[in-house]
Amino acid sequence: MARAVSNRTKVANTAIAGALGFLMFFPILWILVLAFKTEEDAIRAPLEVLFGSGWTMESFATVQARSDYFKHFSNSVIISLGSTFLGLLVAIPAAWSMAFVPSKHTRNVLMWMLSTKMLPPVGVLVPIYLIFRDLELLDSRFGLTIVLMLINLPIIIWMLYTYFKEIPGEILEAARMDGATLRAEILYVLTPMAIPGMASTVLLNIILAWNEAFWTINLTASNAAPLTQFITSYSSPEGLFYAKLSAASVMAIAPILIMGWFSQKQLVRGLTFGAVK
Amino acid sequence: MPTKHTLLSSAVGFGIAALASTAVAEEITIATVNNADMIVMQKLAPQWEEATGNTINWVVLEENVLRQRTTQDIATGGGSFDIMFIGAYETPIWGANGWLTSLNDFGDDADYDLEDIFQLVRNGLSADGNLYAVPLYSETSFTFYRTDLFEKAGIEPPTEQITYTEFAEMAAKLHDPDNGVFGTCQRGKAGWGENMAFVGTMANAFGARWFDMDWNPQLDSPEWNAAITYYVDLMNNSGPPGATANGHNENRALFKDGKCATWVDATSAANDVRNPATSNVADVTDFFQAPKQETDKGTGWFWSWALAIPASSQKADIAKDFLKWATSKEYFQMVGDTEGWVAVPSGTRASIHEDPRLLEAAPFAETIKNAIFSVDPADPTRDPVPYTGVQFVAIPEFQGIGNYVGQQVAAALAGQMSVEQALANSQQFAVREMTKAGYIK
Repeated sequence: MARAVSNRTKVANTAIAGALGFLMFFPILWILVLAFKTEEDAIRAPLEVLFGSGWTMESFATVQARSDYFKHFSNSVIISLGSTFLGLLVAIPAAWSMAFVPSKHTRNVLMWMLSTKMLPPVGVLVPIYLIFRDLELLDSRFGLTIVLMLINLPIIIWMLYTYFKEIPGEILEAARMDGATLRAEILYVLTPMAIPGMASTVLLNIILAWNEAFWTINLTASNAAPLTQFITSYSSPEGLFYAKLSAASVMAIAPILIMGWFSQKQLVRGLTFGAVK
Repeated sequence: MPTKHTLLSSAVGFGIAALASTAVAEEITIATVNNADMIVMQKLAPQWEEATGNTINWVVLEENVLRQRTTQDIATGGGSFDIMFIGAYETPIWGANGWLTSLNDFGDDADYDLEDIFQLVRNGLSADGNLYAVPLYSETSFTFYRTDLFEKAGIEPPTEQITYTEFAEMAAKLHDPDNGVFGTCQRGKAGWGENMAFVGTMANAFGARWFDMDWNPQLDSPEWNAAITYYVDLMNNSGPPGATANGHNENRALFKDGKCATWVDATSAANDVRNPATSNVADVTDFFQAPKQETDKGTGWFWSWALAIPASSQKADIAKDFLKWATSKEYFQMVGDTEGWVAVPSGTRASIHEDPRLLEAAPFAETIKNAIFSVDPADPTRDPVPYTGVQFVAIPEFQGIGNYVGQQVAAALAGQMSVEQALANSQQFAVREMTKAGYIK
């Protein structure tokens, strides 16, 4: 039986949720505001920024004139989609085996994979940098795709494993009894049932890869540099730069923000998949 | 009328020429920060590209990211960059480590005229007698002041170097927060390149030093105490509120907006402050030397942004060609002709500082030159020291120590701890770091 919730509680909950949401969104909102200000206006007191100054597109024009946005954008697209695709190729069979044919070590393997996320990336920067140098992978999209795939692989496997665990093994057994091969079982039985979960995994992984700044800045120079490096190039040691930096940030986060906005239903459904049965 | 044979041989000739030019054309990668002088260089660089057939990949990074990224690449021999934009702190350290290509052969090129670059600047970019970088611009610190506010307060602008005590009196007289004017704006944001640039030179003036001749830290000395106590009092009495959030950029914006009566900071900001297009106080700003106190040694800092070639670059010859072009007399003249002479990078070449076009557009260029010449990074303090550098100590450990001390000084300024506590913490940290690094046995 559903628990009765009073209107007052509902209003209070909504207000708290709204306030928290606004708090989380505020930095993005402020970036958006500063992007449409002149450099001189961008450093004024917050109220003056909002109400005491005009709006302009000049920072976007400057950024567009000074940098090759589309080169950085296409690198971001290639790297984030590539790493996600490669990650799925590895993660689907791995998650399948752990979900449906677990061994006594499965839990340990899962925990070990998760533990790699606890290592600060800077701890392995020099060895990876040297390996990349020797393999001539520095400043290459391929190298960066591999690194991002490996970094996000534990998350992809964990998410897929959780979704696969929710699917009754009897359905797969029935498919096997009907003569389905392993490939057919994964492709035609398991995958369609796990689509919501896989969609949210893909979306989350694209977002993580798009926003990744440590490796994308450290392992690239110019050819493979994605939008994270595009943003950092607008911070200056001298003179004013808040407006241009904000404009560059808006241009960098806009594609992923729009994608997230349109896919939020799938994302939320996937992330809460299996929570209520 | 051309025959078939002539046409064929011409076509073959053009083809060979095209192939030859394709074969020699190379792409070089330059890592740099995003500042006004480098933006101008990026704008003019296509002229070098057209003349040589080579192309440039610009990698523009935030200053701290650039430092970390270039250090990592050069220390591992990554070879990602052919040219790096580095400062007077890194150049001698990296040069001594063998990480940079020597540029001594620039002295053999009569057209380049290496001797025309100020000796002081060349020394700052050398290690063991070898030149490792060529400067785009150099700077020291001096005092920016508002002529209109001085006149209103009945203060005579100094013609000689004044003391910090006199400076504090001036700032107190000029302080008028009710009308939105603060007596002085100084760096408060923590960092070796932020508050410690100003505090370091001020400490020199008070007779302090970072280390004695045996590399023992001296941060708990009475001189440091006097300097930091003065700094905290000055900022509390005559500075803007929340000064710990203000670095160079914030103070520059405050000064240009007419909020500061005085400001001791980089000479390289003078062009911007005196430019009516970007500053509200362009016509009412003038300059005098940074104050002294117990000594006049090391009272203005020395910094140079310069271009260097990592030893790991595979295209050192092309990189050298670009360096010669980008720091030549002709380049500076080109900047003057295209961007205006007030935008010409200062503190680098004697011939440019003597150019009448510069003296007319930027009459303060002479003051900047004299201020730079008054600095001696090899003899920066009242008492002898084993290091070079005015506002920094040219050892790899300084970055960490300078940042920590900067945080302690900022905490004292914010009232979170006493000056004594801040300096005791700083001393303890510096002793630990210097012992760990093997300077103290």
